[in-house]
Amino acid sequence: MISISGLLGQAFAILLALVLAPLLSGWVGQCRAWLQSRTAPPLLLPYYQLQKLFHKDVVLAHGASSLFRAAPFVVFGCMVLACAIIPSLSTDLPLAPAADALALVGVFGLARIFISLAAMDVGTSFGSLGGRREMLVGFLAEPALLMVIFTLAMIAQSTSVATIVETLAHRELVIYPSLAFAGIAFTFVSFAENARVPVDNPATHLELTMIHEAMILEYSGRHLALIEWAASLKLYAYSCLGLALFFPWGIAPGDNFLALVAAIPLLLLKLAIGGAFLAGIETINAKMRIFRAPEFLGTAFMLAVLGLLVRLLLESRV
Amino acid sequence: MSASIPFSAQLINLFAAVILLLAFAMLAQRRLPQLINLFALQGGALCLATLVAAVTTGQVHLYYSAGLTLALKVLLLPWILHRLVRQLKVKGEVEALINIPTTMLVGIVLVMVAFNVALPISELSHTITRGTLGIALAVVMLAFLMMITRQKAITQVVGFLSMENGLFLAATSATYGMPMVVELGIALDVLIGVIILGVFFFQIRDQFDSLDIRHMERLKDN
Repeated sequence: MISISGLLGQAFAILLALVLAPLLSGWVGQCRAWLQSRTAPPLLLPYYQLQKLFHKDVVLAHGASSLFRAAPFVVFGCMVLACAIIPSLSTDLPLAPAADALALVGVFGLARIFISLAAMDVGTSFGSLGGRREMLVGFLAEPALLMVIFTLAMIAQSTSVATIVETLAHRELVIYPSLAFAGIAFTFVSFAENARVPVDNPATHLELTMIHEAMILEYSGRHLALIEWAASLKLYAYSCLGLALFFPWGIAPGDNFLALVAAIPLLLLKLAIGGAFLAGIETINAKMRIFRAPEFLGTAFMLAVLGLLVRLLLESRV
Repeated sequence: MSASIPFSAQLINLFAAVILLLAFAMLAQRRLPQLINLFALQGGALCLATLVAAVTTGQVHLYYSAGLTLALKVLLLPWILHRLVRQLKVKGEVEALINIPTTMLVGIVLVMVAFNVALPISELSHTITRGTLGIALAVVMLAFLMMITRQKAITQVVGFLSMENGLFLAATSATYGMPMVVELGIALDVLIGVIILGVFFFQIRDQFDSLDIRHMERLKDN
């Protein structure tokens, strides 16, 4: 049963994601600059960049196939879908039955495959290097993310993101040690997935270290704009997912209009704190060698498995 | 659901989970001073878990054992170990026989085994802390793993001490602690053990110019 308010809430959530995602990236960049005592770029910088890129012409490499041209739209579409099914404001999302938490991981995986293939499509050495590295990070991060989701799904007895968030938001105050393990593992995974500092530096073009930037070197104009927008949407999606799963308080239950309105400032506050936290972590950590990334993500996987085991041992008894 | 577990038991479970996490952190740690700090933290978590158990059950001797843990494992032993590291001028990274990600995977398997073995045993117990028995067993096994996979003598001693932490947790979770006499005896044993091993370290180093225990395999040949 799809209600009008549900549809409106869903549309509003997507719109909010599209608008807020570049702002979140700008806010993280600003916090990073402050923490490193540099002059901060303007908060709206990502918007200016998107505007600039959308007005530029697209330059395509000679060997580029249609895959190369389609990939930005696929990636952007995946990220919008991800933002649509993650309950950021309300758990009453008509689109939520389209994909549960496991399919959400699949949506992220689809975007990753397309962007890696597009990077290899033109045949430059940087592109295929970046694509391979992205797949390396991705195939290590995905099982860890799945383990985190299994832990949460066992608590909520469901793999639907909306149901998990509803269960977690309206439980009695119980300490779940498994949630702590899962939370740390999720943080590790989101750093790796979003190309943040311990694994990748979003602000570098140094060939030895870059992963994400190496893949999108060949893109220009509106394609690049879509990919940049998709990257900030991914950061937004992961932030909202983390906040919804581990700090679910304030997310509106069902189609309650007042609660939905109240959820907006709370979400903004949580995103602001989360972004500052991200910038802080990025500042105090050095980027690790690419060959240390498996160890980093192995630790995340281990923590997630421990969370699952602890859940089974300590919390399953009646 | 788990809502029926009393709050104190949840706290103890949380501290037990922290102890397990620290056991893994010790397994992954490459630097010796940080390893000793992690050991001190593990002692701290153990002390807090014992304290919560003491407050909940009102057993006086648990207060003593919490105090003993604090004095010995959080303050005295790490201090002695840090001093030893300084005096022996141990430098560089802890050398592991197996690389660290593999050790972690083996560790996870050990945790699964420990949890499965402990589950039927903890059903027999009636303490509020019985759920943590599996974790205690896992900590003991992880400490074993650390002793097996490390080369330097000091790391093995830290593993030995961490194993004692696990045994202590097991005793607390299964039966609210051992009798006071046994507990005091073990504490004294551990303390004396570390002091004697400290002397050994100097002897080993004087003999072989290294703390690597592989040199001791050749003792017979000379």
